[in-house]
Amino acid sequence: MQQIDAAPAAASASREGLRRRLRLGERVIEGWIFLAGLLAIVVLLGIIFILLKEGLPIFAHTPPWEFFFGTRWYPVSDPPTFGIAPFFVSTLMVTLISTAVAVPIGVACAAYLSEVAPPKVSETVKPIIEILAGIPSVMMGFIGLALLSPFVQSLFNLNTGLCGLTAAIMLSFMSLPIIVSVSEDALHAVPREYKEASYALGATKWETIWHVCIPAALSGIAAAVMLGVGRAIGETMTVLMVAGGALAVPVSPTDPMTTMTAAIASGIGNAVRGGLQYQALFAVGLILFILTLAVNIFADRVLERQKRKFAR
Amino acid sequence: MLTSMKKRLLPLMLILAVSLVFAGCGTTPTTTPAPTSTSTLSGSFNIIGSNTVTPLTSVWSENFMKANRGVSIAVSGPGSGVGIASLIDGTTDICQASRAISAKEMDQAKAKGVNPYEIKVASDALSVVVNPANPVTELTIVQLSAIYTNKITNWKEVGGNDMPIVALSRDTNSGTHVFFKEHVVQMAELPSKDTKLEYGNKVQMLPSTEEGVSQVAGNPNTIFYAGLGYVNDSVKAIAIKKTAGDAAVKPSVTTALDGTYPISRPLFYYTNGAPTGVMKSYIDYCLSAEGQEEVMKAGFVPLAK
Repeated sequence: MQQIDAAPAAASASREGLRRRLRLGERVIEGWIFLAGLLAIVVLLGIIFILLKEGLPIFAHTPPWEFFFGTRWYPVSDPPTFGIAPFFVSTLMVTLISTAVAVPIGVACAAYLSEVAPPKVSETVKPIIEILAGIPSVMMGFIGLALLSPFVQSLFNLNTGLCGLTAAIMLSFMSLPIIVSVSEDALHAVPREYKEASYALGATKWETIWHVCIPAALSGIAAAVMLGVGRAIGETMTVLMVAGGALAVPVSPTDPMTTMTAAIASGIGNAVRGGLQYQALFAVGLILFILTLAVNIFADRVLERQKRKFAR
Repeated sequence: MLTSMKKRLLPLMLILAVSLVFAGCGTTPTTTPAPTSTSTLSGSFNIIGSNTVTPLTSVWSENFMKANRGVSIAVSGPGSGVGIASLIDGTTDICQASRAISAKEMDQAKAKGVNPYEIKVASDALSVVVNPANPVTELTIVQLSAIYTNKITNWKEVGGNDMPIVALSRDTNSGTHVFFKEHVVQMAELPSKDTKLEYGNKVQMLPSTEEGVSQVAGNPNTIFYAGLGYVNDSVKAIAIKKTAGDAAVKPSVTTALDGTYPISRPLFYYTNGAPTGVMKSYIDYCLSAEGQEEVMKAGFVPLAK
């Protein structure tokens, strides 16, 4: 009797032990994930704190108005002047053009891969496009210097091929893989029923892609575009090498220009820690940070509106 | 299956382990310093600074490390301004510079307890280069200043073809940028000297000297300045006249040594206090007759004896 009773008791005891062990393991993992999440927030707060601490003191030397709208940047002169309008305009120009070039091509490429191309083609092409994302930016700079800039110069009959347009085209190549890959995923995730319903109503393939697939995947595509914009705003090495580096406020995309990232990269090396130039460059970094934050918040709003539209 | 794999792997691993041990034995004697070398110097230090001086420092440090196997020297050339900032921040042992330290930088250094010690190691003829297809062969300092302040924008105004001028410069990290600004753009040695002049805002600031030279080689509109060591056959060096009445002088070791070339400049090493130990031996080598011979080979101008 006792032996017969002991077996289930032992079994339940071991089950209890297993459960306890699982609970312990789970708690460890939960704690670990919590710490990882916390670390990301701590790092972010740390970055914001350092940007504010190192960047804000410049406004004691140069009033914010002059800093943002000043057009003269002479950090090593005596007395130095810090006006970042040329960099701000350059960044906007380069980012807008690269986005305008990359988005139509990227979304069209994604639609082709997801809806039109035979599976074999899309299975081979997509990884190749993703490899493009892994090319180091300094290599893209070299390609821009050696191949694209002479071409742009002769095509538009310019004085020099090192200009904002060349940089924008190189940047659009660099953001294409992200845009293609993320929007292809979004298009792929559109439920089959949507497309089937569209075809059942007699829509052609083009009508289905344009009126059903792309609107349904718009939130994902918007995320893809924002990731592309983020890449274009933050990219440094390529624009430093091919954008030309002139300090004038650019009037046309074919002018040589310096973006905010290039200004930081080309100036931070000789800035003495805590000096005026150092503070000014941190302030430029702070503005860059606010700019990307604004892009992200804007993207979030678009996604939210999109979701509400679909909920109706 | 698994166990048979393991069985087959075991001898392989044994062979590997044994060969590793023997390989270790084989290499041990060669890694110890050659007994023939009389040098007992050892240590490591780094040299950061001028892009212009870097080719010369590289040759010196390679030779010095070859002669003294215990010494390791790390050289990098982001720009004189970077080198001086690193010296002030205590992140480099030697700063190489193509311009003298400024009074402001000296104050910053003193404030951080750093005492920059200046050693002149060579001179350089700062060359102005254009594309070989450009017919212009000589320019005055005043013309150069006007070009770099965007007052002259077409080559025909200085006797060339009807082509726009694209003025290229190094960025603010560069000592050459600062030297050229003071001595050419602001015309430091001329009666027309004006310290308020700055590079025009259409001048393109480039991150490296190599990029500028290759731009000039590929684009007939461009003009750029670079240390004599960077001038090669792909570009044409301009003869410089101090004033319109003076003779035009091409940059070379001879013209820089005899003082006829108007824009030559000293190249410096800076250390925190007078150098000691292995750094002193290195700098002594640079200043020796043997070291100064390398200066000539690298396209720079040796110190006058």
